[in-house]
Amino acid sequence: MLLVSAATYVAAVLFFGLMGLLFMGVVELYNHGPQDRPPAAVFFELFWVPVFFTVPLITMRCFAEERRLGTLETLLAAPVGTTEVVLGKFGAAYFLYLLLWGGTAGFFWLLSLFAPVAGLVDPGPLVGGYLFVALSGLLFVALGVWASALTRNQGLAALFTVVALALVVWGPRLALGNVAALDLPSLRPVRELLEYARVFRHMEDFTRGVVDARAALFYLSGAGLALVFGVFTVEAKQLHT
Amino acid sequence: MVSLADNSAPAIEVRDLVKNYGGVTAVHGVSFTVARGEIVGFLGPNGAGKSTTMRILTGCMPATSGHAAICGLPVATRSEDVKRRLGYMPENNPLPEDMRVSEYLHYRGRLKEIPRKQLGPRLDEVLEQCDLKRVRHRIIGTLSKGYRQRVGIAECVLAEPPVIIMDEPTIGLDPRQILIVRDLIASLRGRMAVVISSHILPEIEMTCDRVLIINQGRVVAQGTPAQLRRETLGGARYELETTGDGPALTAALAGVEPTLSVTEAGEPDAEGFRRVTLATPRADELGEPLLRALAAVPCRVRALRRLHPSLEEVFLAATRRSWETVDQGKGKIS
Repeated sequence: MLLVSAATYVAAVLFFGLMGLLFMGVVELYNHGPQDRPPAAVFFELFWVPVFFTVPLITMRCFAEERRLGTLETLLAAPVGTTEVVLGKFGAAYFLYLLLWGGTAGFFWLLSLFAPVAGLVDPGPLVGGYLFVALSGLLFVALGVWASALTRNQGLAALFTVVALALVVWGPRLALGNVAALDLPSLRPVRELLEYARVFRHMEDFTRGVVDARAALFYLSGAGLALVFGVFTVEAKQLHT
Repeated sequence: MVSLADNSAPAIEVRDLVKNYGGVTAVHGVSFTVARGEIVGFLGPNGAGKSTTMRILTGCMPATSGHAAICGLPVATRSEDVKRRLGYMPENNPLPEDMRVSEYLHYRGRLKEIPRKQLGPRLDEVLEQCDLKRVRHRIIGTLSKGYRQRVGIAECVLAEPPVIIMDEPTIGLDPRQILIVRDLIASLRGRMAVVISSHILPEIEMTCDRVLIINQGRVVAQGTPAQLRRETLGGARYELETTGDGPALTAALAGVEPTLSVTEAGEPDAEGFRRVTLATPRADELGEPLLRALAAVPCRVRALRRLHPSLEEVFLAATRRSWETVDQGKGKIS
């Protein structure tokens, strides 16, 4: 279903267009003078920009459209369980997400082809960056799939996804930077929790080559939880319609 | 997977099925059985509980209480196995708009666990059977309603399940398309048990072996159309075209059968003939004695025929009867 729908190709074109622009901006930066970080680190720092519109575009149709058309009922009348359906939808969306991000590797390949400067395209941060994208993508796409199961309106599903992503990506960072009360000793556990959930910190660690198992656990368990809620949502809605 | 016991069990067995939705009882102790290969029509006014019963049978929705089994397998506990034996077309026949007909059927075939090798030939067979060959590469969203309906039916029969459930398969179709769909359903007789719900009564009468009339969540009548006529309306009705009226006619009628009464009498036409409708609780044939008795009356008779009630009348009588029961019930409570 993903590969036959127009929304997929719209998402892909937008994604590559925007990523190309971002990459151009990064390369431009290096044109002006030497930087203390490799281009990959700067590039992956902007990961949230494409995430905020690609994930909703890929996932908004998953259940919302099926429910609006009523095809969810025929789908669940086939010998498949709700869990299989949710996992299938998630798998397809995640595969597409990886495919899109995989395409951006071409930018680095072109850069290494046309600017053979030692250290410019460093495989370390690149691998770390893509590993971060793959891991964090699990959670982001799972959130999108869950949001799509909540409503029959695709637009609303996209909106839910953007809000959820904003909370996950920016929430801890903004809270830690702006809420003075978090410095209180009594709120120390909350502060630690927010530090643990800082997506930007994970991204920096990964592009520096520090692959933290705790971060991996954060994304895996988060994705698992979102998918479990997704299954519950689909089943609950099925019971009440 | 399929035990021997399965093959002897009826296609559908429902006992005392109850479904409550937030305080409203949509299905109220429904019981019925559908034999293998039988085509059964589900009739009922809107909101009678037809769709709810069908959805419970497909496992889309759990029942509040009662027992429902497909081929001897309880729907509540073995829903995966039940789904393997079912073809289901929900109300309004939802289809994905942006897939091609063959793509969709292929995808559904794989979902229904048809082995890849058998799927190709089976697809051709179904496309042929449903007359969809010409549109197999068309996008479903661009198809006319008749074709869409046939795609839905093709999807239902694709895996050759022993039971097919279709919720209003002919809704919104033109008479020619209805005819095609009806033939298609009739062609499944004997091979698959089919349950269809419909508002179109002549169609149910022509296609179905048995009819189930459901109202207010209860089965109010069931049987073959002929049985229903007998049981629901009872007795017989005759239409007489005669010039006679008044006490002579009444006396002659009473002589044949004391319960025979005039229920309707029309105005005389240009030639003086009136159309009179007679009714009696007696179901056996009274035509001959009636004609004999009328010959003795000083009036002319042009025609006498026994009226065969349409399923529509049966339906209206059955649902009216159930409304009356419900109203009486309410009266008792208050």
